[in-house]
Amino acid sequence: MTARVCAGYDEAVAGTADGATVLVGGFGMAGMPVELVDALIRQGAADLTIVSNNAGNGDTGLAALLATGRVRKVICSFPRQSDSWVFDGLYRAGRIELEVVPQGNLAERMRAAGAGIGAFYSPTAVGTPLAEGKEVREIDGRSYLLEYPIHGDLALIKAHTADRMGNLVYRRTARNFGPVMATAARTVAVQVDRVVETGALDPEAVVTPSIYVDRIVAATQESAA
Amino acid sequence: MSTDHRADRRSKHDIAAAIARDIAAEHPDGSYVNLGIGQPTLVADHLPAGSGVVLHTENGMLNMGPAAHGDDVDPDLINAGKVAVTELPGAAYFHQADSFAMMRGGHLDVCVLGAFQVSARGDLANWHTGAPEAVPAVGGAMDLAIGARRVWVMMTLFDKQGAPKLVPECTYPLTGLACVERVYTDLGTFAVGPDGVRLLDVHGITAQDLVRRLAPIEVRIDAAVTDEARAARR
Repeated sequence: MTARVCAGYDEAVAGTADGATVLVGGFGMAGMPVELVDALIRQGAADLTIVSNNAGNGDTGLAALLATGRVRKVICSFPRQSDSWVFDGLYRAGRIELEVVPQGNLAERMRAAGAGIGAFYSPTAVGTPLAEGKEVREIDGRSYLLEYPIHGDLALIKAHTADRMGNLVYRRTARNFGPVMATAARTVAVQVDRVVETGALDPEAVVTPSIYVDRIVAATQESAA
Repeated sequence: MSTDHRADRRSKHDIAAAIARDIAAEHPDGSYVNLGIGQPTLVADHLPAGSGVVLHTENGMLNMGPAAHGDDVDPDLINAGKVAVTELPGAAYFHQADSFAMMRGGHLDVCVLGAFQVSARGDLANWHTGAPEAVPAVGGAMDLAIGARRVWVMMTLFDKQGAPKLVPECTYPLTGLACVERVYTDLGTFAVGPDGVRLLDVHGITAQDLVRRLAPIEVRIDAAVTDEARAARR
């Protein structure tokens, strides 16, 4: 089914169930779908697992979601930042579970989920504390760890422009996790700066093809007149 | 801690300049280089004009330009340290799985990282102090450590307590095994690896004194580090 252009952010996150795994795009604030995360806060789903590169900055967006106490677990590569006080407080108080995943493995585990790969061997983190409990396999004289996919129930991402079918283009380094997360979740909600008519995007320039996208919300929509 | 050589130590800018020189010398036709967060980013300021070096930032960009200022600041254009940067002609953007695939896949020539400790055989510890209250955060450090074809470390040789950071075995939690090839410091430059430690260059201290301060590590002194060789290079 092609994507649906939603009337607002709340419609884009409607139906999120308690216990859902939510993939949240962005690297720091670049590509962070702040308005969709705010909508998820209003929507009220609890007991969430959040997968994102960072664990919130300042008091808005992901940090505000964590502050509601509705997140059970965070899977991320870099929770500790100068402005990650919300997460830090929850973590030190033992009120949130943390799985630290090297950034490349985090991306590849979602890529695997989106590509139907059952698991894969990665050389990253061999011999480190993050290898604990993982199967080690030697292949051609090099050691690898067995890594499993990360599937999302919902992905919240930010792109620059969508057409009405759901084809996406991103802007500069705000692309980061968007294209990978778009493949890895059952429902994909995208916030964009603008929606254009189908056919207005150069097919050669489309980064995320429409097949991956379910719901679109635009800051502004070009008139269909 | 001995402070007798402090005045002659290389500044971090001198170290960055030395790394930049080696990158340019060893990859004369240009290379793809990732500069880790913190001091390694200084290397960019010392790359000679026309070096052809293409900087990779793991959040998804090749041919990253210098830091952005004023009207050039764009929140959608940042480096791995989340600092606003610029793009150079020939820049390309890509998503995270591609960014780390080009790293893991052996396409990146050099990565320069900071470190808490490096072992004689090249084990790297740079992501976690192991302090129980510290929130663990790894980012791309482990991927970079094992992904780039050559991993170079930039650090001070001794910590604030005066203990060497070049050690027989890392005591901090590891980032990667046997991955570091070269260590650039304020007092000397070292090759590390399966053949142990070799001193390639010294600064403000004699090779003999430096080797003594690094005991119990065994350091072989490169022929190029003799006083004559050093004088000839100046």
